[in-house]
Amino acid sequence: MTTISDPPTEQFRLSMLLNDTRYRSATFQAIAVILLVASIAYLGSNLAKNLREAGLDISFGFLSTPAGYDINQTLIPYNNQDTNLRAALVGILNTLLVSFLACATATILGVFAGVLRLSQNWLVRKLMSFYVEIFRNIPVLIWILIIYGIMTVSMPGPRDFRGENASASMLLDAVAVTNRGVYIPAPVWGPGSMVVVAVFVLSVIGVFAYRRYATKLLYDTGRLLPTTWPSIAIFFVPTLLAFFVMGSPIGLDYPALKGFNFQGGIKIGAPLIALWFALSVYTGAFIAENVRAGIQAVSKGQTEAAAALGLRPGRIMNLVVLPQALRVIIPPLISQYLNITKNSSLAILVGYADITATLGGITMNQTGRAIECVVLLMLFYLVISLCISLVMNVYNSTTRLKER
Amino acid sequence: MSDQNNKPAVAFVREQPIPASPPPTSASGPVRWLQENLFPTWGNALLTVISLYVIYVVLSSSLPWILGGVWNTSSLAECREVLDGRSAACFSVLRERWNQLMFGFKYPPEFYWRPILAFFLMLVAAAPVLFPDLPRKMLVFTGLYPFVAFWLIWGGTILSPLLALAGCVLGYLAYSKWVSRSFAAGFFGGIAVAFVVWWLGGLLIPEGASDNAMLPAVASRDLGGFMLNMMLGVTCVSLSVPLGIALALGRQSDLPIVKGICVIFIEFIRGVPLITLLFVASVMLAYLFPPDATVDLFLRVVIMITMFSAAYIAEVIRGGLAALPKGQKEAADSLGLDYAQAMRLIILPQALKISIPGIVNVAVGLFKDTTLVSVISMFDIVGMIRGPILASTEWNGVYWELFLFAAVLFFVVCYSISQYSQWLERRLETDHR
Repeated sequence: MTTISDPPTEQFRLSMLLNDTRYRSATFQAIAVILLVASIAYLGSNLAKNLREAGLDISFGFLSTPAGYDINQTLIPYNNQDTNLRAALVGILNTLLVSFLACATATILGVFAGVLRLSQNWLVRKLMSFYVEIFRNIPVLIWILIIYGIMTVSMPGPRDFRGENASASMLLDAVAVTNRGVYIPAPVWGPGSMVVVAVFVLSVIGVFAYRRYATKLLYDTGRLLPTTWPSIAIFFVPTLLAFFVMGSPIGLDYPALKGFNFQGGIKIGAPLIALWFALSVYTGAFIAENVRAGIQAVSKGQTEAAAALGLRPGRIMNLVVLPQALRVIIPPLISQYLNITKNSSLAILVGYADITATLGGITMNQTGRAIECVVLLMLFYLVISLCISLVMNVYNSTTRLKER
Repeated sequence: MSDQNNKPAVAFVREQPIPASPPPTSASGPVRWLQENLFPTWGNALLTVISLYVIYVVLSSSLPWILGGVWNTSSLAECREVLDGRSAACFSVLRERWNQLMFGFKYPPEFYWRPILAFFLMLVAAAPVLFPDLPRKMLVFTGLYPFVAFWLIWGGTILSPLLALAGCVLGYLAYSKWVSRSFAAGFFGGIAVAFVVWWLGGLLIPEGASDNAMLPAVASRDLGGFMLNMMLGVTCVSLSVPLGIALALGRQSDLPIVKGICVIFIEFIRGVPLITLLFVASVMLAYLFPPDATVDLFLRVVIMITMFSAAYIAEVIRGGLAALPKGQKEAADSLGLDYAQAMRLIILPQALKISIPGIVNVAVGLFKDTTLVSVISMFDIVGMIRGPILASTEWNGVYWELFLFAAVLFFVVCYSISQYSQWLERRLETDHR
């Protein structure tokens, strides 16, 4: 009787590369690498050849040359002799500004509409689903153009505010809505205003400290302190006191009609308003759906169990439903914020000077540096979206269900 | 005893039960409904009143404007004359510029029947895909449709769509011959055969083949209007679904290099706005092709939008793959299925079913995003409105009517797609509740 011999050493065949599980993964990865390298080399050589023929090179020197164009809405000082880099910076800040504004209003609008879609009121429910369907099914581009049209075509010109029986009037004598933009009062910081601001910041911190103390007291001793009224008091009283003690140092500079246009106050241009408003109502419809889904994802048994424990409706909402619903709502909410930031690039349509309109628009057309500009533009949006997904990952890991 | 039961001794005791009276009006019917649904509490009543007021304001300002609209004038000035100071819509622009809105301003008018025919054939071709009840044999036409549509819309020699078709058919034959050996051999072999056929055939087509073709050729840059939106939407969605599946599988695979490539691709595309990708298509992509190749803008845009939506669809499908229990893959393994078989027969059918709502969402979003091509000066419907129509002397200033029309068009298409997806979801529901 012979012992079991070693398995016959197989001859290596070429087909084993594809069919043998020991080699197959290596084969596929090798193919992938070869294809990738080949296509990059092919595209790269084409690029080099094309650039040589066109007499171009890749250089970022244009960023330090004067931009030579004006920007009507800037957050930092800028004139047309500043560099292209500074123009791009103005654009970045404008992008961030409109994204931030639109995120805030879209959230408010979306939460409102989402909660009202679950209301027991039939009419409100229908009205809100109408809002959601209308705005979700029409391109944001068309919304931006429609709202821009409302701002520039249908609004009164500055001259309509003139005279005894003017056809247009300012809201509360403070806000003027014209076809050139919206004029709002600007704050004027007098001497001593810093004290008021400092007191305000301190009282905000005070509100948080008080609420923390109340929670701690509740857990330690079981005593329940009122929080709503003291919070409001801490928030307002010290600041108002400081404001009047210092002799009303913070004033408002109201816009007023002088000559052919409004002077004073802050001008918010029509493009910014259109973009801000359109992004808000459009994304608000999506957020409303997220909010509704999140609230519906909390099973009814949770509410009933909380009610059986004797919690009041307000506390059921705050302590039981919302914490669970937020876990479902927040991740899509953050990706909607990302969408707002990306959609703000449509600013170029209405002439709002965001990064796409400055770096990707005028700078690109004037310098002819298409490749460099597009690459920088993509890099900027990529960084923003990576930051946002970082925030999302941190949030997800903190709120993940702790399972065994 | 019985006598007593039958005949009550006292006259005021009833013999028959009282017929049930209808519930009070406050507990049934419209009053009850109103009370429950519109005025349950004071707060709700207030909301109802506010909503009614909002509806009244919106309707009272827009209805007269829409219903009093003028349809039969040839310019805005004439329209204002007819209206005589009344505030109402001037819909005649839609009537007069209908062809421009639909087909763009350069598509030859005598050939309008071609895209229209292609559109109706598209409905026929899409039907068996959308409605599983229809006979499966109709899928043959669906397979032929891309070539037919290409020939109808662009015209030119019939040889090029025939060659493309031949490449696909021969590639499929090669695939079905070799797939019994291994899926990879069949797949890559099929692709290789198709490319060889296309390359060889490309040499055979004579230079001036398009000159006296049955359908005269129309250049890509002459396409426009809503037709352009439809074409971009349909082409890019149908191309990006297979690409998205491939990317999703790549991202889930155990091969680190393939996975890395897919992750970087998906995250990069999802991190940048579509408009920058369109800039790439319009100004940068030309540098990446060989110097003598002339790849027209339409094709470049299709490439970029397809990549864009494929990344999003890949993420949706990845969600579907992740939602499947691990047991499914293990069961497939234990049956002795290899990777390709397990994916085709077990995993993907279930994962795709879960992902349908997400894929439809991406498709609707993509269709809406096709309006962005107006930024890179392609004349889709928004580009037509903003460019040639609003700039013309006759219609300079007709703002709302045009954008309202575009909005209604998009709403009708997108809303019906999402209604269809809800219907499909209900139909594919196989779990028992």
